[in-house]
Amino acid sequence: MGLLLALGIAGIAAMACASAPSHPANAGSSKPPAPGTPVETPANLYPSTYKPIPSPPTLIRNATVLTAAGDRIEAGSVLFRDGRIAAVGKTVEAPAGAVVVDGTGKWVTPGIIDIHSHLGVYASPGVEGLEDGNEATDPVTADVWAEHSVWPQDPQFPLSLAGGVTAMQILPGSANLIGGRSVTVKNVPARTVQAMKFPGAPYGLKMACGENPKRVYGEKGRAPSTRMGNIAGDREAWAKAADYKRQWEGYRDKVKKGEKTDPPGRDIEMETLVGVLNGEILVQNHCYRADEMAVMIDVAKEFGYKISAFHHAVESYKIADLLAKEGICSAMWADWWGFKMEALDGIRENIALVEKAGACAIVHSDSADGIQRLNQEAAKAMAAGNRAGIPITREQAIRWLTINPAKAMGIDKQTGSLEAGKMADVVLWSGDPFSVYSHAEKVYVDGALLYDRDDPKRQPEMDFSLGMNAGGGR
Amino acid sequence: MSARMKWNLAQGLAVVACLLAAWGPAGAETSATVAIVGATVHTMGSAGTLQDATVLIEDGRIRAVGRGIPVPAGARRIDGRGKVVTPGLFDSLTQLGLVEVNAVAGTRDGVDQNDRITAAFDVADAINPRSMLIPINRVEGLTRAVVAPGNGKSLIAGRGAVIHLGLGPDLLVRSPAAMFATLGEQGARLAGGSRAGAMLLLREALDDALDYAAHKAAWEKAERRPYTLSRLDLEALVPVARGELPLVVAVDRASDIEAALRLGRERHLKLILAGGDEAWMVADQIAAAQVPVLINPLSDLPASFEHLGATLENAARLHRAGVSFAFMSGDAHNARNLRQLAGNAVANGLPWDEALRAMTVNPARIWHLDDRLGTLEPGKEADVVIWDGDPLEVTSAAERVFIRGVEMPRKTRQTELRDRYKSLGGVLPPAYEKP
Repeated sequence: MGLLLALGIAGIAAMACASAPSHPANAGSSKPPAPGTPVETPANLYPSTYKPIPSPPTLIRNATVLTAAGDRIEAGSVLFRDGRIAAVGKTVEAPAGAVVVDGTGKWVTPGIIDIHSHLGVYASPGVEGLEDGNEATDPVTADVWAEHSVWPQDPQFPLSLAGGVTAMQILPGSANLIGGRSVTVKNVPARTVQAMKFPGAPYGLKMACGENPKRVYGEKGRAPSTRMGNIAGDREAWAKAADYKRQWEGYRDKVKKGEKTDPPGRDIEMETLVGVLNGEILVQNHCYRADEMAVMIDVAKEFGYKISAFHHAVESYKIADLLAKEGICSAMWADWWGFKMEALDGIRENIALVEKAGACAIVHSDSADGIQRLNQEAAKAMAAGNRAGIPITREQAIRWLTINPAKAMGIDKQTGSLEAGKMADVVLWSGDPFSVYSHAEKVYVDGALLYDRDDPKRQPEMDFSLGMNAGGGR
Repeated sequence: MSARMKWNLAQGLAVVACLLAAWGPAGAETSATVAIVGATVHTMGSAGTLQDATVLIEDGRIRAVGRGIPVPAGARRIDGRGKVVTPGLFDSLTQLGLVEVNAVAGTRDGVDQNDRITAAFDVADAINPRSMLIPINRVEGLTRAVVAPGNGKSLIAGRGAVIHLGLGPDLLVRSPAAMFATLGEQGARLAGGSRAGAMLLLREALDDALDYAAHKAAWEKAERRPYTLSRLDLEALVPVARGELPLVVAVDRASDIEAALRLGRERHLKLILAGGDEAWMVADQIAAAQVPVLINPLSDLPASFEHLGATLENAARLHRAGVSFAFMSGDAHNARNLRQLAGNAVANGLPWDEALRAMTVNPARIWHLDDRLGTLEPGKEADVVIWDGDPLEVTSAAERVFIRGVEMPRKTRQTELRDRYKSLGGVLPPAYEKP
């Protein structure tokens, strides 16, 4: 009976999905195309309107510089101009009119990048009216986009800015096997989400393994209710996407040959999945257990897509060799463990062991608390490695917070390290960033000073906080 | 309950008491004399911080602390040069012993959803001394913890205990240590929707407890008005209503703190506030009432409308106002990160010594254990941690941990996992690697 019920509901779900592409009402443009005119699915429909805030040339001098490109420069300088890094080195001359910041006793790093955040989609205050992170109504909701839930006035954004975070990937939650598109934003206060969107950043696709999807839908008496159900749901979605891709390729072939043909109907969900199959959208896969990651690697191979990073990968240390071979990043916490069965085997040395295996290690937060102190999380992971005989330097550990997440988010050409030509996303720390006592003193996004611990005029405050005693007069 | 069942229960409890006695402080008697020599010692007592000092541990207690103390013949000598020694850390609100895996209901005993369960609920009946969380937390320097019940259907959650994290099976240090209740948003919800309703229920419960205590015989003969709570709940509340057992009230909003202070004053309760995100806004009132506050100094999100004033500077501001406070993680698995909370409080204005006090001598005082715990002074129980550096720094670690004079084993489930997977690629699968 239970089995029959589950099958019946899965059947209905499959039907509902299968019928989706035939809805021409979904089409973006209202006018039918002229015969013979090639039709393409529109690109860049929801463009970034982000504009760097104008800033004077700025030279930070005589600081300890961790470039995240491998170097540590003692008494070094960083010059940025027109929003870009102009020079990094031992001695850099200040151009005329430059703001010169004395970095004596201080450290400079690239801006911190959190690859796993729900700011704006699970805002503070955490009231029902602001819970917008999980479209938990169907296990596959590739059609939803996190940016359409982001509340730019979330007071958690400025708190994370004070922690040195200059960019983040905001993801849908993990209720679903395929939870929708992520959005990568610059951590800039803005009136609209479009004005936060990181220009040129690829989208991510949130996928989830394990306990969450099977619990959420199992409790509703529908598929998936098991891990095998999870995988079946994933494969069904990808098989459909492959089919949809073929339909469009067939259509384009015919158009190219000058044959008269109608374009296939648009399917918003499939457009996202095909974006993954085409390598334009990066898969960000919530997956705790080592054995499940290995299965997801096989699913990706079956359908010809690539997994960019496993998130919450508490068991990466068990298959660090495989992850290195496959070139998949692991986004991890320093020490979270035990809150559910699939998190039971979390250990403090996870991140260091991934690094040791030559795989890509990332420290992520998944938390409005943790995002404020990612430097401390990296410090704990580094120290745990060192104590266990896995030597980790600060030059390495800074990469877990900067260039490695940038790589897994597809923005490493623009940001993530202090190299000439890159965006001037920069943090000046009051001391060693791997110390609990250090603060992000000045945080620059594209060269603009957006947070200054010593200047209340450079500390943004969201609308919500006004007149509420919020922030405790911080 | 039948008379026969009552008798059986009493007999059973007597047997348990004998077993507990055999396991009690006796564990510490087996420890040898230990001398930690040459360390920087934060005594947290009147001796302050001592450089190049010796800590002598004997029979489970601190025998002596100071510079130039002779090491007795036969004592085990530990080189403390370059190390930092502190009392063991004390977390003032945890779920330790009440949970193994949060999402696995069968391992979770901190909250009961039966609507008959309230004040008489006692965590001591559920604490698992063999919890895997206990070694994982104690190897990082946590030696004592308050284990608190969570709220199920009642705004009065029940009774909590102070435990040690040493060798069991008896971990109870003080039980019951306090009654736990919640006001604010959660209290209002449990009362039916309003803060006023929550306060009404709490007042009624305290009144009934006192009335019950004064007219027990009449109540037994059904010659007294009915009470809303059961006999066991009333019994549990009597020492609270008499101001003998502390009442810990979870409150964050400034107005809820004020309401709790009013209740405490009017009923002469021994009040402790927990949470206190907006405590800094009413710090003078709290200080004047001499009510201690348990805080998590990392709590800075306006996570709901009762946390709007949350700030990382809470601890520093409370300290400046003269409020007595201790740190709480509110956690179980990562209660070990208590010292990171303390470090952040220092980064946000709290003097370093005060941060360490909020995890050692302050909780000892708040929980009325300062005659036994909280400082490294002769006669105190020897909870001693040797750190490889500044204990509040995230890159530092506990190297050795003594609880009641016994050095704790370093092995935990997590070190076993680590050592199993440290080198991949052996001939046999990792399952044969048994560290």
